[in-house]
Amino acid sequence: MQLTIWNYEGPPHIGAMRIATSMEGVHYVLHAPQGDTYADLLFTMIERQYRRPPVSYTTFQARDLGGDTAELVKNAVAEAFERFKPEAMLVGESCTAELIQDQAGTLAESMNLPTTVVPLELPAYTKKENWGAAETFYQLVRALLAPVIPTPPVARGPVPSDRRPRVNLLGPSLLGFRCQDDIVEISRLLDQLGVDVNVVAPLGASPADLRRIPDADFNVDLYPEVSRTVSAWLERSFGMPRTTAIPMGVNGTRRFLAEVATLAGLDPSRVEACEAAGFMPRDPTRSRLPRYSRSVDSTYLTGKRVFVFGDATHAIAAATVAQEELGFQVVGLGTYSREFARETRAAAEQLGVPALITDDYLEVERAIAAAAPELVLGTQMERHIAKRLGVPCAVISSPLHVQDVPARYSPVYGFEGANVLFDSWVHPLLMGLEEHLLQMFRGDFEFNDAAPPSHLGVATAPQPIEAAQVVVAPGQPTWTAEAEKELRKIPFFVRTKARRNTEHFAVERGVANITVETLYDAKAHFGR
Amino acid sequence: MNAEAKPLPFPQRQYAGTSVLRERGQREVFCGLTGIVWLHRKFQDAFFLIVGSRTCAHLMQSAAGVMIFAEPRFGTAILTDRDLSGMADPNDELDRVCATILERRPEISTLFLVGSCPSEVIKLDLSRAAIRLTERYSPQVRVLSYSGSGIETTFTQGEDNALNALVPWMPDTDERQLIVVGCVADIVEGQLRSCFERLGIGPVHFLPGASARQLPGVGPNTQLLAAQPFNGTTIRALCARGAHLITAPYPFGAEGTTAWLAAAATEWDVSTERFASVTQPLAARARLALAKHKTLLAGKRVFFMPDSQLEIPLARFLKREMGMELVEIGTPYLDRKMVSSELPLLPPDVVISEGQHVEKQLDRVRAAQPDLTVCGLGLANPLEGEGLATKWSIELVFTPVHGYEQAADLAELFARPLVRRSRLNV
Ligand code: SF4
Ligand code: SF4
Repeated sequence: MQLTIWNYEGPPHIGAMRIATSMEGVHYVLHAPQGDTYADLLFTMIERQYRRPPVSYTTFQARDLGGDTAELVKNAVAEAFERFKPEAMLVGESCTAELIQDQAGTLAESMNLPTTVVPLELPAYTKKENWGAAETFYQLVRALLAPVIPTPPVARGPVPSDRRPRVNLLGPSLLGFRCQDDIVEISRLLDQLGVDVNVVAPLGASPADLRRIPDADFNVDLYPEVSRTVSAWLERSFGMPRTTAIPMGVNGTRRFLAEVATLAGLDPSRVEACEAAGFMPRDPTRSRLPRYSRSVDSTYLTGKRVFVFGDATHAIAAATVAQEELGFQVVGLGTYSREFARETRAAAEQLGVPALITDDYLEVERAIAAAAPELVLGTQMERHIAKRLGVPCAVISSPLHVQDVPARYSPVYGFEGANVLFDSWVHPLLMGLEEHLLQMFRGDFEFNDAAPPSHLGVATAPQPIEAAQVVVAPGQPTWTAEAEKELRKIPFFVRTKARRNTEHFAVERGVANITVETLYDAKAHFGR
Repeated sequence: MNAEAKPLPFPQRQYAGTSVLRERGQREVFCGLTGIVWLHRKFQDAFFLIVGSRTCAHLMQSAAGVMIFAEPRFGTAILTDRDLSGMADPNDELDRVCATILERRPEISTLFLVGSCPSEVIKLDLSRAAIRLTERYSPQVRVLSYSGSGIETTFTQGEDNALNALVPWMPDTDERQLIVVGCVADIVEGQLRSCFERLGIGPVHFLPGASARQLPGVGPNTQLLAAQPFNGTTIRALCARGAHLITAPYPFGAEGTTAWLAAAATEWDVSTERFASVTQPLAARARLALAKHKTLLAGKRVFFMPDSQLEIPLARFLKREMGMELVEIGTPYLDRKMVSSELPLLPPDVVISEGQHVEKQLDRVRAAQPDLTVCGLGLANPLEGEGLATKWSIELVFTPVHGYEQAADLAELFARPLVRRSRLNV
């Protein structure tokens, strides 16, 4: 048994849901008890999806256990097929169903439905969400492409000269970090380089699209946590090469474009032409990061201690950007993706910091506290850790909170992504001058080192005004101790309004003494 | 209050038993673990340890949100391959985990072991573990167990099972007293206490209160008043200890609150005058506050998907006090004893559905095109996407909605989606 409170990843079937929900024309039948339907709200709420995840739950109960739960599976599969007519159907189990061993996937296969049925075995007691996503994506692609696997040797010749090179962008999915915006940004850059995008998957793809994957010349492993299993298989079975560079930051994007150019057989000097992000960029629509980072006002960023934690892909890339492109000092690097421990260790070694490979947030909290950073780049979990430790934080990786899915276009990949990184990492910090003044006038009661940065507004600032400090203006009604106590039971975010309304109400009625009754009379009067 | 002057403002019609549509299929309802989200805030001296899987932990974090900044008083002991394959003895593992928690949280005096689907399927006996651990840690810590699993419980039944686990630990008493059963917000508890005090009803206890350790007594002179309709098991257990249930509608809305208080007042022989002098001004104020919402809600058609068990009392409130039309009242299960005072207040032709087949129910929603659909968060945005206004139901459980002073807040929760739609122009 492992004691946990918060987790970086859900169980593996959540990963399968991410694949199914990212795609069109796929339906997932999950052998699971009713409570597991909570997972729907991850998509409808965090991602604000206006359609239900394409998932049917068999919803077995205790009283079914002695009887025929297998029959439940068959019914659910038949009903889901009848209702949704999916092009491909995933059938699997959550943790509880795994224990009762109905073999849901095999059962579904035996029904001979006129659609591609992909049985999923995702061991819930050893594996986790990202593994589940990668495995599901792989199983689905393999099932769809099995009939067309070429006979070895599978090596491909150079890209024909009569057309532009074509790539697949693999790995973007719902609940991934900024995937939707990243693929827009990356597609635009590839287009400028002279490379076409063949299929983006799983996000937005249908099974028919997946069947077209081999039409591309090579694959872009955009989010290796989700795509590496499938891209490795495509390399082995179809001879399709794949990229390794992650296009995050100005340098990462350059390395990525150079790698793509090489694989595509393009002249690498075209990368130069397609990015103008130099010291004084000619084209301001490209990254402003180099110009901003070199501007003298940014000198206060120099050597800021930063701790980085997240999925391996984003954490490693963010650490490199932080060190090279913002001039920060990385004081810790870690990931919860055990599958990528080797890569993370190598990156940490290059930066000269210890690597933290763990999915225990308490261990992460201890490591952050010990490293005493001035900025944390992490997941929504680190946001809470940082808040507790009083350190500013920016989110760079899943798991997400609804506020990490912004309305505005905010990729983190590509040159535009580099702009976003600059803004979102610098914003939580104290501005240079403000920092100096704080050092000088520590005693100032509303301007002290416990106060949040002033440019962040008051949202995090207000200290509760204690009753004793409230100065009563002449002619203003006074609060009885009881009413004051009652007022404090009202949630803090509406308390000020309740206080104001009640006083207003009391003045209007000539009430000098605000009692609990006045408070509620006023509440009823104003309604909401 | 003497017998002939009962202030019940309702027709005492026998409920004939409207036909209930029973459905079986996919349910879109949380499991009982979710109750921990509010119970762990209510009890300040208890810790909830779920014995389950990564799924259970993930449910808790998705439902609670990681917005609880302080370290919460709950956690999950995730079963691993070692526990399932017999490489580790799950009982030894459980002892180890409990020791860790109690070491870290010395202020905890009650530890709930909460069963989940996986722990129940592998037949891990948490009640025996609880006895064993209580022996080890008493008198400092009491260890109790209950099921919050999705194969045994839905959403609010978790609270019922947790309270039920406390009943054996309540001391015997012969004192004449009132216990209000069901978790209510602190501010509601305060208001209700003051009402009872002014009516001369008491002593009054609330279950759950702030402590899982300091429990009220129970005995033949104990009267029970249910504040929530989902605590049937607890009520039955208390009755088995000699207590009596005062049946009443639930304290939602001005009318519901008056009827609820009146039922207790009758038991305590409160005079009609005294009852009126205490409740009339409060009811009048609540009605005043409700009036503006009624203008908006009256005549609108509402559909309840099954969720928290609050559906029947809330539908009654919306129908009788807000003038709304009821298209269908879905409820996860129908506990007739717990809603025996509510059912006669519903229109005789109302459609009540029990259980769920979510696809068929959504077909009915689409066909009926209600003005407002009350449903869980998994369904709300998708229905909005189909052009239907929704009210997400979990807010009805997490917001103070009981009693006179909250009556208008309750109405406003239903009005807000409609107001918002009429405001938006994008
Ligand atoms: S339904 Fe069962 S397995 Fe799922 S979260 Fe609830 S208790 Fe855990
Ligand atoms: S933590 Fe945020 S996203 Fe999660 S439930 Fe709370 S408000 Fe919603």
